[in-house]
Amino acid sequence: MLNEIFIKPFVDMVEAPDFLLQVLWEGLVSGILYALIALGFVLIFRSSRIFNFAQGIMVVFAALTLVGLYAMGVPAWICVLLTLGVMFVLAVAIERVVLRPLVGQPDIILFMATIGITLFLIGFGEIIFGGENKVMISEELGIPTGDTVLEPWGGLLILQHLDITVVVVATLLVLALLAFLNYTQMGRAIRALGDDHQAALSVGISLQTVWVLVWFIAGIIALVTGIAWGARAGVSFALEVIAYKALPVLMLGGLESITGAIIGGLMIGMLEKLFEIYWGQPLLGGNTETWFAFVLALVVLLFRPQGLFGEKIIERV
Amino acid sequence: MKDTEGYMTADGRQIGGVLMEMKNITLRFGGVVAIQDISFDIREGEIRAIIGPNGAGKSSMLNVISGFYTPSEGEVWYKGSKRPPMKPFEVARLGVARTFQNIALFEGMSVLDNVMTGRLTHMHAGIGAQALWWGKARDEEIENRRKVEEVIDFLEIQAIRKTPVGNLPYGLKKRVELARALAAEPSILLLDEPMAGMNVEEKEDMSRFILDVNDEFGTTIALIEHDMGVVMDLSDRVVVMDYGKKIGDGTPDEVRNNQDVIDAYLGVAH
Repeated sequence: MLNEIFIKPFVDMVEAPDFLLQVLWEGLVSGILYALIALGFVLIFRSSRIFNFAQGIMVVFAALTLVGLYAMGVPAWICVLLTLGVMFVLAVAIERVVLRPLVGQPDIILFMATIGITLFLIGFGEIIFGGENKVMISEELGIPTGDTVLEPWGGLLILQHLDITVVVVATLLVLALLAFLNYTQMGRAIRALGDDHQAALSVGISLQTVWVLVWFIAGIIALVTGIAWGARAGVSFALEVIAYKALPVLMLGGLESITGAIIGGLMIGMLEKLFEIYWGQPLLGGNTETWFAFVLALVVLLFRPQGLFGEKIIERV
Repeated sequence: MKDTEGYMTADGRQIGGVLMEMKNITLRFGGVVAIQDISFDIREGEIRAIIGPNGAGKSSMLNVISGFYTPSEGEVWYKGSKRPPMKPFEVARLGVARTFQNIALFEGMSVLDNVMTGRLTHMHAGIGAQALWWGKARDEEIENRRKVEEVIDFLEIQAIRKTPVGNLPYGLKKRVELARALAAEPSILLLDEPMAGMNVEEKEDMSRFILDVNDEFGTTIALIEHDMGVVMDLSDRVVVMDYGKKIGDGTPDEVRNNQDVIDAYLGVAH
Protein backbone atom coordinates (compact mmCIF):
# COMPACT_ATOMS: atom_id res chain seq x y z
CA MET A 1 0.00 0.00 0.00
CA LEU A 2 2.73 2.45 1.00
CA ASN A 3 4.49 1.51 -2.19
CA GLU A 4 1.40 2.39 -4.19
CA ILE A 5 1.11 5.78 -2.53
CA PHE A 6 4.68 6.93 -2.22
CA ILE A 7 6.77 5.13 -4.78
CA LYS A 8 4.88 3.69 -7.70
CA PRO A 9 3.29 6.94 -8.96
CA PHE A 10 6.66 8.61 -9.17
CA VAL A 11 8.24 5.65 -10.86
CA ASP A 12 5.41 5.78 -13.41
CA MET A 13 6.04 9.46 -13.98
CA VAL A 14 9.71 8.93 -14.66
CA GLU A 15 9.20 5.86 -16.82
CA ALA A 16 6.66 7.50 -19.09
CA PRO A 17 7.57 11.20 -19.23
CA ASP A 18 5.48 11.71 -22.37
CA PHE A 19 2.37 10.60 -20.51
CA LEU A 20 3.28 12.87 -17.59
CA LEU A 21 3.53 15.77 -20.04
CA GLN A 22 0.14 14.87 -21.47
CA VAL A 23 -1.40 14.94 -17.99
CA LEU A 24 0.23 18.24 -17.12
CA TRP A 25 -0.89 19.78 -20.41
CA GLU A 26 -4.49 18.81 -19.78
CA GLY A 27 -4.18 20.17 -16.26
CA LEU A 28 -2.82 23.40 -17.66
CA VAL A 29 -5.82 23.81 -19.97
CA SER A 30 -8.33 23.55 -17.13
CA GLY A 31 -6.00 25.47 -14.84
CA ILE A 32 -5.86 28.53 -17.04
CA LEU A 33 -9.66 28.57 -17.22
CA TYR A 34 -9.89 28.30 -13.42
CA ALA A 35 -7.43 31.16 -13.19
CA LEU A 36 -9.49 33.27 -15.55
CA ILE A 37 -12.70 32.70 -13.60
CA ALA A 38 -10.92 33.33 -10.31
CA LEU A 39 -9.71 36.65 -11.73
CA GLY A 40 -13.33 37.61 -12.32
CA PHE A 41 -14.05 36.91 -8.65
CA VAL A 42 -10.97 38.78 -7.46
CA LEU A 43 -11.73 41.90 -9.51
CA ILE A 44 -15.25 42.18 -8.15
CA PHE A 45 -14.11 41.38 -4.63
CA ARG A 46 -11.30 43.91 -4.70
CA SER A 47 -13.40 46.74 -5.97
CA SER A 48 -16.50 46.17 -3.87
CA ARG A 49 -15.84 43.50 -1.22
CA ILE A 50 -18.60 41.46 -2.81
CA PHE A 51 -18.15 37.75 -3.24
CA ASN A 52 -19.86 37.27 -6.58
CA PHE A 53 -21.82 34.05 -6.32
CA ALA A 54 -23.33 34.75 -9.75
CA GLN A 55 -20.05 34.29 -11.66
CA GLY A 56 -20.96 30.69 -12.53
CA ILE A 57 -24.36 31.46 -13.91
CA MET A 58 -22.86 34.34 -15.89
CA VAL A 59 -20.75 31.74 -17.73
CA VAL A 60 -23.89 29.77 -18.57
CA PHE A 61 -25.82 32.89 -19.49
CA ALA A 62 -23.10 34.17 -21.81
CA ALA A 63 -22.77 30.80 -23.56
CA LEU A 64 -26.54 30.42 -23.90
CA THR A 65 -26.90 33.91 -25.33
CA LEU A 66 -24.18 33.25 -27.87
CA VAL A 67 -25.64 29.96 -29.00
CA GLY A 68 -29.19 31.29 -28.87
CA LEU A 69 -28.34 34.27 -31.08
CA TYR A 70 -26.65 32.01 -33.59
CA ALA A 71 -29.73 29.81 -33.70
CA MET A 72 -31.69 32.89 -34.75
CA GLY A 73 -29.54 33.13 -37.85
CA VAL A 74 -27.05 35.82 -36.83
CA PRO A 75 -23.49 35.33 -38.18
CA ALA A 76 -21.16 33.82 -35.59
CA TRP A 77 -18.82 36.79 -35.05
CA ILE A 78 -21.70 39.23 -34.81
CA CYS A 79 -23.10 36.91 -32.15
CA VAL A 80 -19.94 37.38 -30.09
CA LEU A 81 -20.21 41.16 -30.32
CA LEU A 82 -23.91 41.09 -29.50
CA THR A 83 -23.26 38.80 -26.54
CA LEU A 84 -20.63 41.23 -25.27
CA GLY A 85 -23.29 43.91 -25.59
CA VAL A 86 -25.72 41.79 -23.59
CA MET A 87 -23.09 41.25 -20.87
CA PHE A 88 -22.54 45.01 -20.73
CA VAL A 89 -26.25 45.66 -20.37
CA LEU A 90 -26.32 43.01 -17.66
CA ALA A 91 -23.47 44.77 -15.82
CA VAL A 92 -25.26 48.12 -16.00
CA ALA A 93 -28.52 46.54 -14.84
CA ILE A 94 -26.88 44.76 -11.90
CA GLU A 95 -25.17 47.95 -10.78
CA ARG A 96 -28.31 50.02 -11.13
CA VAL A 97 -30.90 47.63 -9.75
CA VAL A 98 -29.00 45.52 -7.24
CA LEU A 99 -25.77 47.15 -6.10
CA ARG A 100 -26.56 50.85 -5.99
CA PRO A 101 -29.52 50.55 -3.62
CA LEU A 102 -27.45 48.28 -1.38
CA VAL A 103 -24.34 50.49 -1.06
CA GLY A 104 -23.09 50.53 2.49
CA GLN A 105 -25.01 47.43 3.54
CA PRO A 106 -23.07 44.66 5.27
CA ASP A 107 -21.07 42.39 2.96
CA ILE A 108 -23.29 39.42 3.70
CA ILE A 109 -26.33 41.26 2.31
CA LEU A 110 -24.52 41.97 -0.92
CA PHE A 111 -23.40 38.35 -1.08
CA MET A 112 -27.00 37.23 -0.74
CA ALA A 113 -27.97 39.69 -3.45
CA THR A 114 -25.59 37.90 -5.82
CA ILE A 115 -27.33 34.62 -4.95
CA GLY A 116 -30.51 36.40 -5.94
CA ILE A 117 -28.92 37.39 -9.25
CA THR A 118 -27.95 33.74 -9.77
CA LEU A 119 -31.47 32.47 -9.24
CA PHE A 120 -32.89 35.20 -11.44
CA LEU A 121 -30.52 34.40 -14.29
CA ILE A 122 -31.30 30.69 -14.06
CA GLY A 123 -35.00 31.37 -14.43
CA PHE A 124 -34.57 34.10 -17.01
CA GLY A 125 -32.18 32.01 -19.08
CA GLU A 126 -34.55 29.07 -19.09
CA ILE A 127 -37.50 31.18 -20.18
CA ILE A 128 -35.61 32.67 -23.09
CA PHE A 129 -33.35 29.87 -24.24
CA GLY A 130 -35.04 26.78 -22.84
CA GLY A 131 -33.47 24.25 -20.51
CA GLU A 132 -32.18 21.65 -22.97
CA ASN A 133 -28.50 21.14 -23.76
CA LYS A 134 -27.01 22.89 -26.75
CA VAL A 135 -23.86 22.59 -28.79
CA MET A 136 -21.28 25.36 -28.72
CA ILE A 137 -20.75 26.93 -32.13
CA SER A 138 -16.99 26.43 -31.93
CA GLU A 139 -16.53 25.53 -35.59
CA GLU A 140 -18.48 28.56 -36.77
CA LEU A 141 -16.30 30.78 -34.58
CA GLY A 142 -13.24 29.44 -36.38
CA ILE A 143 -11.90 27.51 -33.44
CA PRO A 144 -9.75 24.81 -35.04
CA THR A 145 -10.52 21.16 -34.49
CA GLY A 146 -8.16 18.27 -34.92
CA ASP A 147 -4.90 17.73 -33.09
CA THR A 148 -1.15 17.84 -33.31
CA VAL A 149 0.82 14.77 -32.31
CA LEU A 150 4.28 15.25 -30.88
CA GLU A 151 6.72 12.52 -30.04
CA PRO A 152 8.96 13.60 -27.21
CA TRP A 153 11.47 10.91 -26.15
CA GLY A 154 9.90 8.58 -28.64
CA GLY A 155 6.63 8.76 -26.76
CA LEU A 156 3.32 10.31 -27.64
CA LEU A 157 1.85 13.72 -26.82
CA ILE A 158 -1.48 14.73 -28.30
CA LEU A 159 -2.37 18.41 -28.28
CA GLN A 160 -5.97 19.17 -29.24
CA HIS A 161 -6.11 22.33 -31.33
CA LEU A 162 -9.11 23.42 -29.29
CA ASP A 163 -6.98 23.22 -26.14
CA ILE A 164 -4.14 25.15 -27.72
CA THR A 165 -6.56 27.88 -28.74
CA VAL A 166 -8.02 28.01 -25.25
CA VAL A 167 -4.60 28.31 -23.64
CA VAL A 168 -3.48 31.04 -26.04
CA VAL A 169 -6.67 33.09 -25.79
CA ALA A 170 -6.95 32.75 -22.01
CA THR A 171 -3.28 33.63 -21.52
CA LEU A 172 -3.65 36.72 -23.69
CA LEU A 173 -6.75 37.76 -21.79
CA VAL A 174 -5.04 37.31 -18.43
CA LEU A 175 -2.01 39.32 -19.58
CA ALA A 176 -4.22 42.05 -20.99
CA LEU A 177 -6.12 42.26 -17.71
CA LEU A 178 -2.89 42.47 -15.73
CA ALA A 179 -1.59 45.27 -17.92
CA PHE A 180 -4.90 47.09 -17.71
CA LEU A 181 -4.96 46.89 -13.92
CA ASN A 182 -1.34 47.88 -13.40
CA TYR A 183 -0.61 50.44 -16.08
CA THR A 184 -3.78 52.42 -16.71
CA GLN A 185 -5.57 55.00 -14.62
CA MET A 186 -8.83 53.07 -14.80
CA GLY A 187 -7.04 49.96 -13.57
CA ARG A 188 -5.61 51.94 -10.70
CA ALA A 189 -9.10 53.22 -9.92
CA ILE A 190 -10.35 49.64 -9.68
CA ARG A 191 -7.58 48.67 -7.29
CA ALA A 192 -7.97 51.87 -5.31
CA LEU A 193 -11.69 51.48 -4.78
CA GLY A 194 -11.21 48.16 -3.01
CA ASP A 195 -8.70 49.67 -0.62
CA ASP A 196 -10.61 52.70 0.61
CA HIS A 197 -13.96 53.96 -0.62
CA GLN A 198 -13.70 57.42 0.92
CA ALA A 199 -10.26 58.07 -0.42
CA ALA A 200 -11.37 56.80 -3.82
CA LEU A 201 -14.26 59.27 -3.86
CA SER A 202 -11.94 62.09 -2.86
CA VAL A 203 -9.74 61.55 -5.92
CA GLY A 204 -12.72 61.57 -8.24
CA ILE A 205 -13.40 57.87 -8.69
CA SER A 206 -17.03 57.10 -9.40
CA LEU A 207 -18.25 53.95 -7.66
CA GLN A 208 -20.85 53.37 -10.33
CA THR A 209 -18.46 53.51 -13.27
CA VAL A 210 -15.97 51.17 -11.66
CA TRP A 211 -18.65 48.69 -10.64
CA VAL A 212 -20.13 48.55 -14.11
CA LEU A 213 -16.64 48.10 -15.47
CA VAL A 214 -15.66 45.19 -13.21
CA TRP A 215 -18.96 43.42 -13.77
CA PHE A 216 -18.52 43.86 -17.49
CA ILE A 217 -15.01 42.40 -17.27
CA ALA A 218 -16.49 39.51 -15.30
CA GLY A 219 -18.98 39.18 -18.17
CA ILE A 220 -16.20 39.05 -20.78
CA ILE A 221 -14.43 36.42 -18.74
CA ALA A 222 -17.69 34.51 -18.47
CA LEU A 223 -18.11 34.55 -22.25
CA VAL A 224 -14.58 33.31 -22.93
CA THR A 225 -14.86 30.53 -20.36
CA GLY A 226 -18.32 29.70 -21.62
CA ILE A 227 -17.03 29.23 -25.17
CA ALA A 228 -13.98 27.26 -24.07
CA TRP A 229 -15.78 24.95 -21.67
CA GLY A 230 -18.92 24.75 -23.79
CA ALA A 231 -16.86 23.53 -26.75
CA ARG A 232 -15.75 20.51 -24.73
CA ALA A 233 -18.76 19.74 -22.59
CA GLY A 234 -21.74 21.28 -24.38
CA VAL A 235 -23.77 24.27 -23.30
CA SER A 236 -26.07 23.56 -20.39
CA PHE A 237 -26.74 24.84 -16.92
CA ALA A 238 -24.20 22.31 -15.66
CA LEU A 239 -21.50 24.69 -16.95
CA GLU A 240 -22.13 26.62 -13.79
CA VAL A 241 -19.97 24.21 -11.81
CA ILE A 242 -16.81 25.41 -13.53
CA ALA A 243 -17.17 28.62 -11.57
CA TYR A 244 -17.31 26.71 -8.32
CA LYS A 245 -13.96 25.24 -9.23
CA ALA A 246 -12.72 28.75 -8.74
CA LEU A 247 -13.62 28.59 -5.05
CA PRO A 248 -10.68 26.42 -4.00
CA VAL A 249 -8.52 28.54 -6.28
CA LEU A 250 -9.56 31.58 -4.29
CA MET A 251 -9.06 29.78 -0.98
CA LEU A 252 -5.60 28.88 -2.16
CA GLY A 253 -4.68 32.17 -3.76
CA GLY A 254 -6.41 34.58 -1.44
CA LEU A 255 -9.41 36.67 -2.41
CA GLU A 256 -7.47 39.89 -2.95
CA SER A 257 -4.54 38.64 -4.92
CA ILE A 258 -4.45 38.73 -8.69
CA THR A 259 -1.18 36.80 -8.81
CA GLY A 260 -2.72 34.36 -6.36
CA ALA A 261 -5.68 33.74 -8.62
CA ILE A 262 -3.46 32.98 -11.58
CA ILE A 263 -0.93 30.78 -9.80
CA GLY A 264 -3.65 29.15 -7.72
CA GLY A 265 -5.68 28.35 -10.83
CA LEU A 266 -2.76 26.77 -12.65
CA MET A 267 -1.67 24.82 -9.55
CA ILE A 268 -5.10 23.40 -8.94
CA GLY A 269 -5.65 22.55 -12.58
CA MET A 270 -2.41 20.58 -12.79
CA LEU A 271 -2.38 19.03 -9.33
CA GLU A 272 -5.92 17.73 -9.58
CA LYS A 273 -5.11 16.10 -12.92
CA LEU A 274 -1.91 14.57 -11.56
CA PHE A 275 -3.71 13.28 -8.47
CA GLU A 276 -6.55 11.86 -10.52
CA ILE A 277 -4.29 9.96 -12.91
CA TYR A 278 -1.57 8.72 -10.57
CA TRP A 279 -3.40 8.29 -7.29
CA GLY A 280 -7.12 8.71 -7.82
CA GLN A 281 -7.76 6.18 -10.56
CA PRO A 282 -5.53 3.34 -9.33
CA LEU A 283 -6.29 3.73 -5.61
CA LEU A 284 -9.65 5.44 -5.17
CA GLY A 285 -11.62 4.43 -8.24
CA GLY A 286 -11.28 7.79 -9.95
CA ASN A 287 -13.53 10.83 -10.10
CA THR A 288 -11.34 12.64 -7.56
CA GLU A 289 -11.32 15.86 -9.59
CA THR A 290 -14.62 16.92 -8.06
CA TRP A 291 -13.22 17.12 -4.54
CA PHE A 292 -9.44 17.11 -4.69
CA ALA A 293 -9.14 20.87 -5.16
CA PHE A 294 -11.16 21.55 -2.04
CA VAL A 295 -9.08 19.19 0.08
CA LEU A 296 -5.91 20.79 -1.21
CA ALA A 297 -7.26 24.23 -0.37
CA LEU A 298 -8.25 23.09 3.12
CA VAL A 299 -4.78 21.74 3.79
CA VAL A 300 -3.26 25.05 2.70
CA LEU A 301 -5.68 26.98 4.88
CA LEU A 302 -4.61 24.94 7.88
CA PHE A 303 -1.17 26.45 7.60
CA ARG A 304 -1.90 29.79 5.95
CA PRO A 305 -5.40 31.04 6.82
CA GLN A 306 -5.07 33.99 4.43
CA GLY A 307 -4.26 31.73 1.49
CA LEU A 308 -0.92 31.58 -0.26
CA PHE A 309 -0.99 35.17 -1.49
CA GLY A 310 -3.77 36.80 0.48
CA GLU A 311 -3.35 39.96 2.53
CA LYS A 312 -1.76 39.06 5.80
CA ILE A 313 -4.16 39.20 8.69
CA ILE A 314 -2.56 40.99 11.57
CA GLU A 315 -4.56 41.43 14.69
CA ARG A 316 -3.49 44.01 17.22
CA VAL A 317 -4.45 43.16 20.74
CA MET B 1 -20.43 89.36 -5.33
CA LYS B 2 -18.31 91.11 -2.78
CA ASP B 3 -15.06 92.87 -3.54
CA THR B 4 -13.00 90.77 -5.90
CA GLU B 5 -9.89 92.82 -5.41
CA GLY B 6 -8.45 90.76 -2.62
CA TYR B 7 -5.97 91.99 -0.05
CA MET B 8 -2.30 92.04 0.79
CA THR B 9 -1.02 89.75 3.53
CA ALA B 10 1.36 90.81 6.28
CA ASP B 11 4.24 89.05 4.52
CA GLY B 12 3.40 90.79 1.26
CA ARG B 13 1.54 88.15 -0.76
CA GLN B 14 -1.31 89.32 -2.96
CA ILE B 15 -4.53 87.42 -2.23
CA GLY B 16 -7.09 87.25 -5.04
CA GLY B 17 -10.87 87.28 -5.30
CA VAL B 18 -13.37 84.91 -3.73
CA LEU B 19 -12.84 81.34 -4.90
CA MET B 20 -15.36 79.59 -2.74
CA GLU B 21 -18.11 80.97 -0.60
CA MET B 22 -20.24 79.23 1.99
CA LYS B 23 -23.58 80.97 2.40
CA ASN B 24 -25.66 80.31 5.51
CA ILE B 25 -24.70 76.66 5.73
CA THR B 26 -26.73 74.57 8.16
CA LEU B 27 -26.18 70.85 8.57
CA ARG B 28 -28.43 68.62 10.65
CA PHE B 29 -28.19 64.94 11.47
CA GLY B 30 -31.68 64.10 12.64
CA GLY B 31 -32.16 66.40 15.62
CA VAL B 32 -28.49 67.23 16.03
CA VAL B 33 -27.36 70.49 14.52
CA ALA B 34 -23.73 70.06 13.50
CA ILE B 35 -23.39 73.36 11.69
CA GLN B 36 -25.65 76.31 12.27
CA ASP B 37 -26.00 79.10 9.73
CA ILE B 38 -22.34 79.63 8.93
CA SER B 39 -21.06 81.86 6.16
CA PHE B 40 -17.49 82.55 5.14
CA ASP B 41 -15.39 82.75 2.01
CA ILE B 42 -12.11 81.34 0.80
CA ARG B 43 -10.03 83.55 -1.44
CA GLU B 44 -7.73 82.66 -4.22
CA GLY B 45 -4.19 81.98 -3.05
CA GLU B 46 -4.79 82.22 0.66
CA ILE B 47 -4.31 79.75 3.49
CA ARG B 48 -7.59 79.65 5.31
CA ALA B 49 -7.90 77.83 8.61
CA ILE B 50 -10.98 76.53 10.38
CA ILE B 51 -10.37 76.02 14.07
CA GLY B 52 -12.44 75.24 17.12
CA PRO B 53 -12.64 72.89 20.10
CA ASN B 54 -13.55 69.22 19.70
CA GLY B 55 -17.00 68.68 18.28
CA ALA B 56 -17.29 72.22 17.00
CA GLY B 57 -18.27 70.99 13.55
CA LYS B 58 -15.00 71.68 11.73
CA SER B 59 -14.78 68.31 10.03
CA SER B 60 -18.45 68.50 9.10
CA MET B 61 -17.74 71.81 7.42
CA LEU B 62 -14.86 70.30 5.46
CA ASN B 63 -17.11 67.45 4.43
CA VAL B 64 -19.68 69.92 3.17
CA ILE B 65 -17.03 71.68 1.11
CA SER B 66 -15.78 68.41 -0.40
CA GLY B 67 -19.26 67.07 -1.07
CA PHE B 68 -19.21 64.20 1.43
CA TYR B 69 -22.14 65.85 3.21
CA THR B 70 -24.93 67.80 1.56
CA PRO B 71 -25.92 70.82 3.66
CA SER B 72 -29.50 70.85 4.97
CA GLU B 73 -29.74 74.56 4.21
CA GLY B 74 -27.51 77.12 2.57
CA GLU B 75 -25.49 77.33 -0.59
CA VAL B 76 -21.97 76.61 -1.67
CA TRP B 77 -20.65 79.00 -4.30
CA TYR B 78 -17.59 78.03 -6.28
CA LYS B 79 -15.80 80.10 -8.89
CA GLY B 80 -18.64 82.56 -9.07
CA SER B 81 -21.55 80.17 -9.50
CA LYS B 82 -23.76 78.17 -7.20
CA ARG B 83 -22.75 74.54 -6.87
CA PRO B 84 -25.66 72.13 -7.19
CA PRO B 85 -25.77 69.15 -4.79
CA MET B 86 -22.99 66.83 -5.90
CA LYS B 87 -21.37 63.53 -5.14
CA PRO B 88 -17.85 63.68 -3.68
CA PHE B 89 -16.25 62.35 -6.85
CA GLU B 90 -17.92 65.08 -8.89
CA VAL B 91 -16.65 67.74 -6.50
CA ALA B 92 -13.19 66.23 -6.83
CA ARG B 93 -13.43 66.60 -10.60
CA LEU B 94 -14.15 70.31 -10.14
CA GLY B 95 -10.68 70.70 -8.67
CA VAL B 96 -11.27 70.22 -4.96
CA ALA B 97 -8.72 67.82 -3.46
CA ARG B 98 -8.61 66.76 0.16
CA THR B 99 -6.83 64.73 2.79
CA PHE B 100 -8.42 62.94 5.69
CA GLN B 101 -8.05 63.14 9.44
CA ASN B 102 -7.41 59.40 9.79
CA ILE B 103 -5.40 58.97 6.60
CA ALA B 104 -7.30 57.35 3.76
CA LEU B 105 -4.70 55.83 1.48
CA PHE B 106 -4.78 52.77 -0.73
CA GLU B 107 -2.73 50.61 1.59
CA GLY B 108 -2.11 47.76 -0.80
CA MET B 109 -0.69 49.98 -3.52
CA SER B 110 2.76 51.54 -3.85
CA VAL B 111 3.40 55.19 -3.06
CA LEU B 112 3.75 55.90 -6.76
CA ASP B 113 0.42 54.25 -7.60
CA ASN B 114 -1.28 56.09 -4.76
CA VAL B 115 -0.05 59.42 -6.04
CA MET B 116 -1.00 58.41 -9.59
CA THR B 117 -4.62 57.99 -8.49
CA GLY B 118 -4.52 61.69 -7.74
CA ARG B 119 -4.35 62.22 -11.49
CA LEU B 120 -7.64 60.44 -12.12
CA THR B 121 -9.42 63.77 -12.39
CA HIS B 122 -7.18 64.53 -15.36
CA MET B 123 -8.13 61.40 -17.22
CA HIS B 124 -9.89 62.03 -20.51
CA ALA B 125 -9.13 59.03 -22.68
CA GLY B 126 -11.89 56.43 -22.91
CA ILE B 127 -11.72 53.10 -21.18
CA GLY B 128 -11.30 51.34 -24.51
CA ALA B 129 -8.30 53.44 -25.46
CA GLN B 130 -6.80 52.79 -22.03
CA ALA B 131 -7.35 49.07 -22.30
CA LEU B 132 -5.47 49.13 -25.59
CA TRP B 133 -2.82 51.57 -24.29
CA TRP B 134 -3.45 53.63 -27.34
CA GLY B 135 -2.91 57.15 -28.63
CA LYS B 136 -4.29 59.73 -26.26
CA ALA B 137 -4.38 57.29 -23.36
CA ARG B 138 -0.66 56.67 -23.67
CA ASP B 139 0.23 60.35 -23.96
CA GLU B 140 -1.92 61.09 -20.94
CA GLU B 141 -0.31 58.36 -18.89
CA ILE B 142 3.14 59.75 -19.70
CA GLU B 143 2.09 63.31 -18.90
CA ASN B 144 0.47 62.15 -15.64
CA ARG B 145 3.58 60.27 -14.70
CA ARG B 146 5.73 63.36 -15.27
CA LYS B 147 3.52 65.51 -13.08
CA VAL B 148 3.48 62.85 -10.36
CA GLU B 149 7.27 62.65 -10.32
CA GLU B 150 7.34 66.41 -9.87
CA VAL B 151 5.10 66.21 -6.82
CA ILE B 152 7.09 63.30 -5.41
CA ASP B 153 10.28 65.32 -5.77
CA PHE B 154 8.67 68.34 -4.22
CA LEU B 155 7.53 66.46 -1.13
CA GLU B 156 10.83 64.60 -0.84
CA ILE B 157 9.43 61.08 -0.97
CA GLN B 158 11.53 59.76 -3.89
CA ALA B 159 13.14 57.18 -1.65
CA ILE B 160 9.86 55.41 -0.91
CA ARG B 161 8.28 55.59 -4.37
CA LYS B 162 7.94 51.84 -4.77
CA THR B 163 7.15 50.98 -1.15
CA PRO B 164 3.65 49.71 -0.41
CA VAL B 165 1.94 52.41 1.59
CA GLY B 166 0.82 50.01 4.30
CA ASN B 167 4.42 49.65 5.47
CA LEU B 168 5.12 53.35 5.98
CA PRO B 169 5.27 55.20 9.30
CA TYR B 170 2.47 57.60 10.15
CA GLY B 171 4.21 60.86 9.29
CA LEU B 172 5.17 59.64 5.83
CA LYS B 173 1.66 58.36 5.16
CA LYS B 174 0.36 61.86 5.82
CA ARG B 175 2.88 63.19 3.34
CA VAL B 176 1.87 60.64 0.70
CA GLU B 177 -1.74 61.64 1.20
CA LEU B 178 -0.75 65.26 0.63
CA ALA B 179 1.14 64.20 -2.49
CA ARG B 180 -1.91 62.43 -3.86
CA ALA B 181 -4.05 65.54 -3.31
CA LEU B 182 -1.39 67.76 -4.89
CA ALA B 183 -1.02 65.55 -7.93
CA ALA B 184 -4.55 66.56 -8.87
CA GLU B 185 -3.31 70.15 -9.28
CA PRO B 186 -6.35 71.27 -7.32
CA SER B 187 -7.84 74.75 -7.37
CA ILE B 188 -8.44 74.31 -3.69
CA LEU B 189 -6.74 71.92 -1.30
CA LEU B 190 -8.57 70.82 1.85
CA LEU B 191 -6.47 69.49 4.71
CA ASP B 192 -8.25 67.77 7.59
CA GLU B 193 -5.93 68.02 10.59
CA PRO B 194 -2.72 67.62 8.59
CA MET B 195 -0.66 67.60 11.77
CA ALA B 196 -2.77 65.40 14.03
CA GLY B 197 -0.70 62.83 15.87
CA MET B 198 2.65 64.11 14.64
CA ASN B 199 5.75 64.85 16.67
CA VAL B 200 7.35 68.28 16.65
CA GLU B 201 9.76 67.49 13.86
CA GLU B 202 7.06 66.04 11.62
CA LYS B 203 4.87 69.05 12.32
CA GLU B 204 7.64 71.39 11.27
CA ASP B 205 8.13 69.43 8.06
CA MET B 206 4.44 69.48 7.30
CA SER B 207 4.14 73.22 8.01
CA ARG B 208 7.02 73.87 5.66
CA PHE B 209 5.39 71.78 2.93
CA ILE B 210 2.06 73.54 3.31
CA LEU B 211 3.72 76.94 3.01
CA ASP B 212 5.83 75.78 0.06
CA VAL B 213 2.82 74.38 -1.76
CA ASN B 214 1.00 77.66 -1.35
CA ASP B 215 4.06 79.62 -2.35
CA GLU B 216 5.28 77.50 -5.28
CA PHE B 217 2.00 76.50 -6.94
CA GLY B 218 -0.17 79.31 -5.60
CA THR B 219 -2.62 76.67 -4.38
CA THR B 220 -5.48 77.87 -2.24
CA ILE B 221 -5.52 75.89 0.98
CA ALA B 222 -8.25 75.43 3.57
CA LEU B 223 -7.19 73.51 6.64
CA ILE B 224 -8.56 72.31 9.92
CA GLU B 225 -6.16 72.14 12.80
CA HIS B 226 -6.12 71.62 16.52
CA ASP B 227 -2.70 73.01 17.24
CA MET B 228 -3.31 76.73 17.76
CA GLY B 229 0.34 77.68 17.50
CA VAL B 230 0.68 76.07 14.11
CA VAL B 231 -2.54 77.59 12.79
CA MET B 232 -1.64 81.09 13.80
CA ASP B 233 1.74 80.82 12.13
CA LEU B 234 0.47 79.29 8.91
CA SER B 235 -2.78 80.90 8.01
CA ASP B 236 -3.78 84.20 6.52
CA ARG B 237 -7.32 84.19 7.87
CA VAL B 238 -9.04 82.01 10.43
CA VAL B 239 -12.65 80.96 10.99
CA VAL B 240 -13.40 79.91 14.55
CA MET B 241 -16.26 77.52 15.24
CA ASP B 242 -17.79 76.41 18.51
CA TYR B 243 -20.87 74.22 18.98
CA GLY B 244 -21.63 74.45 15.27
CA LYS B 245 -21.64 78.24 15.21
CA LYS B 246 -19.14 80.72 13.86
CA ILE B 247 -17.75 82.77 16.71
CA GLY B 248 -14.89 84.50 14.99
CA ASP B 249 -13.43 85.25 11.56
CA GLY B 250 -10.38 87.29 10.67
CA THR B 251 -6.61 87.44 10.68
CA PRO B 252 -4.81 85.38 13.33
CA ASP B 253 -4.25 88.50 15.42
CA GLU B 254 -7.88 89.55 15.29
CA VAL B 255 -9.00 86.09 16.24
CA ARG B 256 -6.51 85.80 19.07
CA ASN B 257 -7.93 88.89 20.71
CA ASN B 258 -11.57 87.97 20.16
CA GLN B 259 -13.28 87.52 23.54
CA ASP B 260 -15.65 84.80 22.30
CA VAL B 261 -12.75 82.80 20.96
CA ILE B 262 -10.82 83.09 24.21
CA ASP B 263 -13.93 81.97 26.12
CA ALA B 264 -14.48 79.00 23.85
CA TYR B 265 -10.92 77.81 24.22
CA LEU B 266 -10.58 78.50 27.93
CA GLY B 267 -13.99 77.07 28.68
CA VAL B 268 -16.07 79.85 30.18
CA ALA B 269 -19.48 78.66 31.39
CA HIS B 270 -22.07 79.15 28.68
